[in-house]
Amino acid sequence: MSSTDEDIRLTYNKMVVDELPDEAVDALFHALADPTRRDILRRCAAAEPSVSRLADVYPMSFAAVQKHVAVLERAGLVTKERNGREQRVRTDAGAVGRARQALDQLETTWRGRVDRMADVLAPGTG
Amino acid sequence: MTVTCVERDDDDLTITLIADFDAPVDQVWELWSDPRKLERWLGPPSHPASVEKHDLSPGGEITFFMTGPEGARSWGTWRVTAVDPPAALEFTDAFAGADGTPMADMPVSEVRLRLAEHGGGTRMEMRCGFGSREEMERWVSMGTVEGLQQAVGQMDALLG
Repeated sequence: MSSTDEDIRLTYNKMVVDELPDEAVDALFHALADPTRRDILRRCAAAEPSVSRLADVYPMSFAAVQKHVAVLERAGLVTKERNGREQRVRTDAGAVGRARQALDQLETTWRGRVDRMADVLAPGTG
Repeated sequence: MTVTCVERDDDDLTITLIADFDAPVDQVWELWSDPRKLERWLGPPSHPASVEKHDLSPGGEITFFMTGPEGARSWGTWRVTAVDPPAALEFTDAFAGADGTPMADMPVSEVRLRLAEHGGGTRMEMRCGFGSREEMERWVSMGTVEGLQQAVGQMDALLG
């Protein structure tokens, strides 16, 4: 199982891109192609700032920050949530699912490696 | 199978693998301490690994790359944080550029290895995880959009 699973992981990035419709890939590229938007993505992964708090961080207008957030939102990289008068921004939904995904990747990688370790140790091949 | 137990901790963001080998501790340690042996298990058959630098001392680095079926290379760097041959090894695992330098902004995972004699063979306990939820989030976003990120990095360079 190890090599196939790990191949899948190694080519995962490519597959994700291949599986997305062209418009979605374009939206992703466009969203990620800007350093401010990448920075917004990082900040909103660690916390869930409001748009106005984000606007305080960057030397640009509230409207400009709002526009960046809208681009990220269209690419499915952030979600906005209304909280009273505030709009909070967070990177994607379902942090639990993402944690699982991260641990899945680690587990697949290391399981494959441990299986191969056993092969290297096997008498006659080591 | 070799892996006898996997424990996951979604709160702690760690995964613990326990594997029992029918070989003495010294031999299992050599899988890590001998770069030629390390190469034999690091990458899957389709992506063989080549170890370049191998300094298994605290603060030392192990750098390697894996070559894909079409010749594309992906680089990694392990930074050794603690080592106690033949029983313990701790390191951070980072994506690296072609010169082996860990990429700035790329997420890092942490690995803790313990080896002990067990039932005439060796029990290996490995804990892998992330230092923080933020680190994990970065790892996932790299994992899913890593190719895009790299392409975008190149675009940034092209666009100045």
